[in-house]
Amino acid sequence: MNIDLTDTTSSQINTALVNARRASGSPAVGMVLTLVVVTDEGNHYDALKAAGEASKEHPSRILVVVRRPGRSPRDRALARLDAEVRLGGGGAGAGETVLLRLHGELASHAYSVVLPLLLPDAPVVVWWPEDAPENPAGDLLGKLAQRRITDAAATEDPVRTLALRSETYAPGDTDLSWTRITPWRSVLASALDQKHTTISGAEVEGEEYNPSTELLAMWLTERLRVPVRRVTSVGPGITAVRLATVDGEICLDRAHGSLAELAVPGQPDRHVALHRRTTAELIAEELRRLDPDEAYEQAVRLGVHRLAEPRQGGRGRGEDVEAGGSSGGSDDSGETDQSGESGESASSDEGSEAPR
Amino acid sequence: MSSAADPVNPLRDPQDRRLPRIAGPSGLVIFGVTGDLSRKKLMPAVYDLANRGLLPPGFSLVGFARRDWEHEDFAQVVHDAVREHARTPFREEVWQQLAEGMRFVPGVFDDDAAFQRLRSTVEELDKSRGTGGNFAFYLSVPPKFFPTVVAQLKRHGLSSGETGQWRRAVIEKPFGHDLASARELNQVVHEVFRPSEVFRIDHYLGKETVQNILALRFANTMFEPLWNRSYVDHVQITMAEDIGIGGRAGYYDGIGSARDVIQNHLLQLLALTAMEEPASFHAKALVTEKLKVLNAVRLPADLATHTVRGQYAAGWQGGRKVPGYLDEEGIDSESTTDTFAAVKLEIDNRRWAGVPFYLRTGKRLGRRVTEIAVVFQRAPHSPFGTTDTQELGQNALVIRVQPDEGVTIRFGSKVPGTQMEIRDVTMDFAYGESFTESSPEAYERLILDVLLGDANLFPRHQEVERSWEILDPVEEHWARYGRPEQYPAGTWGPRAADEMLARDGRSWRRP
Repeated sequence: MNIDLTDTTSSQINTALVNARRASGSPAVGMVLTLVVVTDEGNHYDALKAAGEASKEHPSRILVVVRRPGRSPRDRALARLDAEVRLGGGGAGAGETVLLRLHGELASHAYSVVLPLLLPDAPVVVWWPEDAPENPAGDLLGKLAQRRITDAAATEDPVRTLALRSETYAPGDTDLSWTRITPWRSVLASALDQKHTTISGAEVEGEEYNPSTELLAMWLTERLRVPVRRVTSVGPGITAVRLATVDGEICLDRAHGSLAELAVPGQPDRHVALHRRTTAELIAEELRRLDPDEAYEQAVRLGVHRLAEPRQGGRGRGEDVEAGGSSGGSDDSGETDQSGESGESASSDEGSEAPR
Repeated sequence: MSSAADPVNPLRDPQDRRLPRIAGPSGLVIFGVTGDLSRKKLMPAVYDLANRGLLPPGFSLVGFARRDWEHEDFAQVVHDAVREHARTPFREEVWQQLAEGMRFVPGVFDDDAAFQRLRSTVEELDKSRGTGGNFAFYLSVPPKFFPTVVAQLKRHGLSSGETGQWRRAVIEKPFGHDLASARELNQVVHEVFRPSEVFRIDHYLGKETVQNILALRFANTMFEPLWNRSYVDHVQITMAEDIGIGGRAGYYDGIGSARDVIQNHLLQLLALTAMEEPASFHAKALVTEKLKVLNAVRLPADLATHTVRGQYAAGWQGGRKVPGYLDEEGIDSESTTDTFAAVKLEIDNRRWAGVPFYLRTGKRLGRRVTEIAVVFQRAPHSPFGTTDTQELGQNALVIRVQPDEGVTIRFGSKVPGTQMEIRDVTMDFAYGESFTESSPEAYERLILDVLLGDANLFPRHQEVERSWEILDPVEEHWARYGRPEQYPAGTWGPRAADEMLARDGRSWRRP
């Protein structure tokens, strides 16, 4: 069910939501949180799709804030709110979705539109799929939220962004480049569950412009208190982690982006599935816990500058060079699974309007 | 089992809650791997666990059955089962990780050579996959084979590992058919495996909704103050099935619904509903409380009026004509096996004295449903006229275990209009609406818990024995007097069941 509202207000949108719910005969509200997605015209499709998928696991009210400040002075002076209300079923996920288009001056007052539309008492999560404010917790929308999700991998200079995140970190902040490494971290942790040994050094090998590599290196530095080296490879994403121990090297190697090989001294080599997850899966993981993520805080706060300069090259993987080259652009969000979506996101990038 | 003495893993941090609990290095050996349960539940659950990244690298699955299979044939069978029944999407790399650790050992249970092969397979896996000597043996076989299998495990040195390694036994219901046989069975298993290493599967306890009973009761403040004899009138626990006995004639006849369902599932649900708050959420504390309340359960003095059994007769069930129990294939036409059973139980403690717990279960009932209904007393005084509240029933809190998992609260509300008319309305919490689209299957959780050595969700042998102690007098009474009353398939059981509640001035909820 879709309702289009032109030149509207938050209270009219609320009325539309209540009416739509009543019309569909299910007045009970089982939604557990409000997810605010702040994006622009070019990127909202992908973001909404991922959020919709995630809402199957976490039924939520999804508010997509599309900012259209306009270019000409006349457009900028205008202030108009258009909304599209989508309810239940179909591709929209399990909750309610409201697409909010903020024209002109209103684009910088998203807060006033969003506040009346939040679910009563339920937690609020804000997600900036691309450019997040410098200080997410200081942002007016960010202040409403228990959880603020950014994505360093989607920015121009991911490593610099990480440094910025560490300066402005506030409880509740999280970054998708951190979410992406949960499977790596859990396999490494379980490898050390099985092998109790002292680790003298570590190495993380991954693609360039992939902040997950840095975050994983920082996490290892922080937890193991040993120097961790970064090695640049052609990807995709992170390709290997090596931990030096007295008996030899613990090595988790994922050359092709799905099946990794775990080598532990004194134990047989084993395969571990480490597939690259979709944005929807990442968001679903983020929504699972809404309390501050102390582990992320400790890792990101360590600071990129504490890592040694990356070493080029890594171990040669000739056959991968081409694949790596074609996806090496800055819009390649590191670990994201782009199956079937890459064409879309590339074209939408061109059509995007700068939010500021 | 991890203990405080273990060295600390620097990558683990209690504050890092994203990292899931992954089982340590281990393998699972399934006896009776060709069975239905194994194909429909166990294999898919193992795959789903692997897909969620919860199995350790090198996890291995060994099948044991009387088939002339190679490892590859076994892997193919698992592959098909996973394709058909797994909950999560199929991923080639996850499959590859699992398939490398699959082994098949052909043989029968009294074949020493087969167990010798099993032993060398286990040793080979320790070397090639790093399973670390930790194995769980899943006995997905009829209980009459338990003694043979566990004895063979012991004889071939499979039932105990070296220091620091664990060997666990997983067994499925039925855990005997009365107290004596249950004791015998426990003795047989405990001779080989330590009681703490024996995991009895009651798949109901693996269900999210059942675990939620504890969350509902002990994490909230608004329910517990009402959860006692001052406010509760009675409790109804129902597990109804719409199917008949299907192909299980051989197992079912002579066992009946009370032994099949009340003894384990319903008494466990009763224990969770009625128990006091455990000191902590650990296996030991839970078992203490569950056992305490089970020990306080008392049967009514007059079993003839407070227990009912029935047998489904031919009839129409959901638009289809179905045969009666006595006409089912493989059933003796004189059989007195109950396909419906209802009992009234009392709990002799301060919290529940005088509050009856009505338990009922049956096959070929109205629809498939399992629920716990806590029915509250009527308001002691109503300022409204009797005509105003004519349509007002008793308040109730219903925990819907399956299907359509959730919680319903029923209370009175004013009907809009100028008159003061009060009618029952419901407030609903649906799991599917507030949480995941597909929550993990019970078997996923239970298998993972076995590998982790977490016994929270498994009934211990004391509970099993106590449950038989409760049920045995009923079965004895039934064996001595009368026959089960016939009820048309597709209805809510025999008339006697309604009369049983009517005698107490109550009636069954229509679930």
